[in-house]
This record gives sequence, C-alpha cells and structure tokens, in this order.
Amino acid sequence: MSAEKTSQEPPFVWPELSGHFPALQRTVNAHRLVYLDTAATAQKPETVIRAEQAYYRDLNANVHRGIHTLAEEATAAYENCRTRVATLIEAPSPSSVVITRNATAAINLIARGLEHTLKPGDEIVLTEMEHHANLVPWIMLAARNGVVLRHIPITDGGELRLDALKELLSPKTRIVSLVHVSNVLGTINPVAEVAEAAHRAGAIVAVDAAQSVGHMPVSMKELGADLLVFSAHKCYGPMGLGFLAARPDLLDTMEPMEGGGEMINEVFLDRATWAEPPLKFEAGTPNVAAAAAFPAAIDYFENLGLDNVREHERMITQYALEKLAGLPGLVVFGPPDAARRGGLVSFHDPEVHPHDMATLLDQAGVAVRAGHHCAQPLHRRLGVVATTRASFGIYSTREDVDALCEGIRFARRYFS
Amino acid sequence: MSTSMLDQLYREVILDHHRHPRGRHELERIDIEESGLNPSCGDEVTLQFELDGDIIKDVAVIGRGCAVSTASGSMLAELVKGKTIEDARKIAEIFKRIMHGDDPPSEMDLGDLEALTGVRQFPVRVKCALLPWVTLLRAAVDASEKRAKVAGGEGEGSANGDG
Repeated sequence: MSAEKTSQEPPFVWPELSGHFPALQRTVNAHRLVYLDTAATAQKPETVIRAEQAYYRDLNANVHRGIHTLAEEATAAYENCRTRVATLIEAPSPSSVVITRNATAAINLIARGLEHTLKPGDEIVLTEMEHHANLVPWIMLAARNGVVLRHIPITDGGELRLDALKELLSPKTRIVSLVHVSNVLGTINPVAEVAEAAHRAGAIVAVDAAQSVGHMPVSMKELGADLLVFSAHKCYGPMGLGFLAARPDLLDTMEPMEGGGEMINEVFLDRATWAEPPLKFEAGTPNVAAAAAFPAAIDYFENLGLDNVREHERMITQYALEKLAGLPGLVVFGPPDAARRGGLVSFHDPEVHPHDMATLLDQAGVAVRAGHHCAQPLHRRLGVVATTRASFGIYSTREDVDALCEGIRFARRYFS
Repeated sequence: MSTSMLDQLYREVILDHHRHPRGRHELERIDIEESGLNPSCGDEVTLQFELDGDIIKDVAVIGRGCAVSTASGSMLAELVKGKTIEDARKIAEIFKRIMHGDDPPSEMDLGDLEALTGVRQFPVRVKCALLPWVTLLRAAVDASEKRAKVAGGEGEGSANGDG
C-alpha cells in the first residue's frame, strides 16, 4: 500500500533558487558571492522586494486612520500580514499577533508588559545559550524590580540540561523564556518538553523563534508557547518588522510599553484608556511597507513547503558538519547530528582568529559572521572569545559549503 | 584566490608581530593597569605599566585577539617602553587620527606601526588595530588622576577622592 502511494508521489526535487535572489547575483572581491550569513539576515527574493516597492508605488497610506481608498487598502494589507502570521505559526488568532519592530522589541515588550505582575523574589528561568535579546531585557527587569534570573545550564555538547530544569522550576517560577534554535550552537531545543514542565510549575513560556520561523514548521500550539517572538528579516522578509504572538489573556494583562497614537481608546488631557490588543501595543505609525511585503516571503517558503525547506537545511548542515570534520583541529560547537540542529554551524580554529578568518573568507567572496553573535555568556561557557559562524538558507548549496572549506584551508595556509 | 588586498592588510611585519607578540608577560610590579574590550567581537586586552616617575619602565600587553589587534598591541609594547606616559599618549592620539583617515605626520617615525595603516582599507577592522591604543589612552588618564590624587593627598587628605 505504502509503496503504491510513494510511487504516485515523485520525490520532491529541490529547485535551483539563487536566481530569485538579486543580492546573490553580485560578485564580492571578484568572486561569486557565497552568502553564509542567513542567521544574521536572510537575502530577499525578488517577489518580496517588489511587494515592498509596490506598497510605496501604489498604496502608501497610513493605517487604521483614513477613510479614503488608499488608507483602507493599506490597512487591509497590514492586517493581512497579521492574519498570515497567525496561520503560519498557529497563533490563537490574528488579534493575538502584535506587530513590532523586530524580535528584540517583542521580548522587551513581554518583559515590560508583564512587569506589574511580578514581585521581588519571583523567578524567571532563561538558558545559558540565549541571544542577548533574551537576556538583557530580563537583566533590566531584574534591576528594576528585583526578580531573580536563573538559567538552564547546557552540556558540553551544547544541549539543554533538562535534568537541571527540574531543580530550577518551583512555585516561584513565573516565566520560562528560551530560544527555539540557538543562533550559535544551532541546537533545536526541546521546547515542548520544557513548556510542559514549566506549565506544571505554573509558569508561562516565552519562545524566541527568530532562527526557526520560515526555516522549519513552527507551531505555537505544538511548542506549548504562551508567547512567541520572531523577526521577518531572518525568514526572507523585510527588515524593521517583528512579531509577538501571545495567548489573548496575556495580551489583556500586559501593559503597553509605548503610548501614543493608535494604541488608545479615549484620551483626555490628563488620562487615557487603551485600545484592545493588539493595537494597544502598536503606538505610532508602524512599518506598513514591510508588513505589506512579508506575505510574499511567507508565500515563497510555503510554496516550497516548510518540511522541504527544513529537509534542505538539514541536508546542507549535515554536509557542512562532515566537511568541517575533515579539517584537523577545527572545533565545531553544538550537536553532532544535523537532525538536532537548525541551519548553521559555528566553529573555532585554534590557528586563525574568527576576525581574520572572516576577512580572508570575504576575500574569496564567502560571507560569514565572526564574533560572539550577541551571545557573550554562551561564548564564556564554551571557553572562547569568539567563533566563526556559517549559516544557511533555502538558497544554500553544497558548493557554498565547499567554498567555505576551501577558504578555511586557504586561511590556515596564509597564517601558518 | 587573490592575495594582493590581503597582503595590504596583513603585511609581513604584522604577521611577524602576530606570531611573536612582544610584551606578552605579566609584570611583577604594576603601577597602572587598564583593560579594554571590543564589544562587537569580544576581544580583550590588558595593559600593565611599571613606571619610574613618568617613564614607562616596562609594559605588558596581555589578551586574546585577532592578528591585527595582537600585532598592534605588540607594536605598542615595543614603541612605548622607555617613553614618558605623555609621549605614549601622544603616539596613541596620532595613531588614532591616522586610522580615522589623517595622513601620518612626516616628522614622526611610527616604526612598525606604519604597517597598520593598510588596515584602513578594511574599515570594520580599524577598531581591531585601535583596541590596545584606546586602552592606553584610558591608562594615561588613570595615570594623571593618580598623580593628581597623590599631589592633592599630601596637604588635604582625601577630600577630592573623585579626582
């Protein structure tokens, strides 16, 4: 039976996609651009660039304010983005999606918005592998109101120590906030398992999905996330656009962070009442052009199928892990199996500092990121100041990985 | 792979300082110590000075960094040893201006430091070259504050503790 079924469905053949991405057509230092910095920001397909342009050319009006046709169309485009995102990540409803500037703004909004529900001594559990975006807003909160920050430690292999989580959780735990896919280790965290334990302890769960949305199927429901944040630009959308999706009752509880136009219900000279969520959190003119364009990015990866996108990135990552293992002395961080990783690989070369590595690779047209990747505590834990990171996207190929490895060999010869 | 641009950045003298950094030893007597951090990459450097009056008797440059910052720190160790703090501060100021685009002053011999001017063609790496020198500038401020404190402390106790 199953054999019959597979014979009817030809296996998905991954198409050549680089032609859809204008930036990938350029050369860098007389070489074909090999873009391995998607985890910092993904390149944009032509359709997304056109959609953002079309907004300014044909629409350009402010949202939720005008009665005229352009204003209505702009509002519809903006709200369509919210609806598409809610469906994409299986959020409770479109109105439970707040449009923000980026994922960082969304996490700050959570910390500020829930501040009035937290008292000194309440505990917030984070992990040792967080991006500064999911550390610093909580550090600032702790400095303001005396909440205690605790951290799930990681193993030497770069995975969360779930055994330690049991000891960290207590009735004092109010929020558990963790990254879905680490931007340094690549580790895909067992968020659903963490969420189950956190919920049992009575805590709410926030998930930083900046590295996973658009790169694999991500469902708020399946993850057990009460709150989830991500940025559009890391999944082929425009910059200046991020999202906070949350349980509706949490959005009701949360205080707005910014006051101003559009977030109000009624304003007097000395007092004001807030609009209902999500508008309560969207003071001022938002990035309507970016919101109007993001559905084109969602279309792009959904046409490929997020399961196929995930399989492609897994395959490229597996290939990179195998090729990098062939470079003696190179230390690769994170789980050894690509099935447990997102599409990125960070490594440390004892001979060549990451900065020098990145400069030499750039001379060969290979764009990587070098540094601490906004995760200083994690690098301290790994015992290195900085790493070099190659990150992949839907347009990445085995040839890109080969160019990376050839570049590393060249750098080693250069500094020997 | 073309290496001409790279050779502008990593001149032989830089690679030599990188492979054999000078002044990379903890001092026994430390009069001034100052650490610098490059927050964008996490690189760090610590400068230690042993002073004889105003003269830098010995200097140590300790830290973890890329070839450019390591070489720059090594050159710093070579250049400022035996000079007064004020002369070292002047070199740092001039080097900083050069790295931000000024022409090197003709009357001044920058020694090996001249080789680092090639880094200007790689703007994101300029801060690597400057890390040890901006740390030195802060150390010079420390030194003058310390001196002011000692001078002030002779007559009036510790009234002006803030310097």
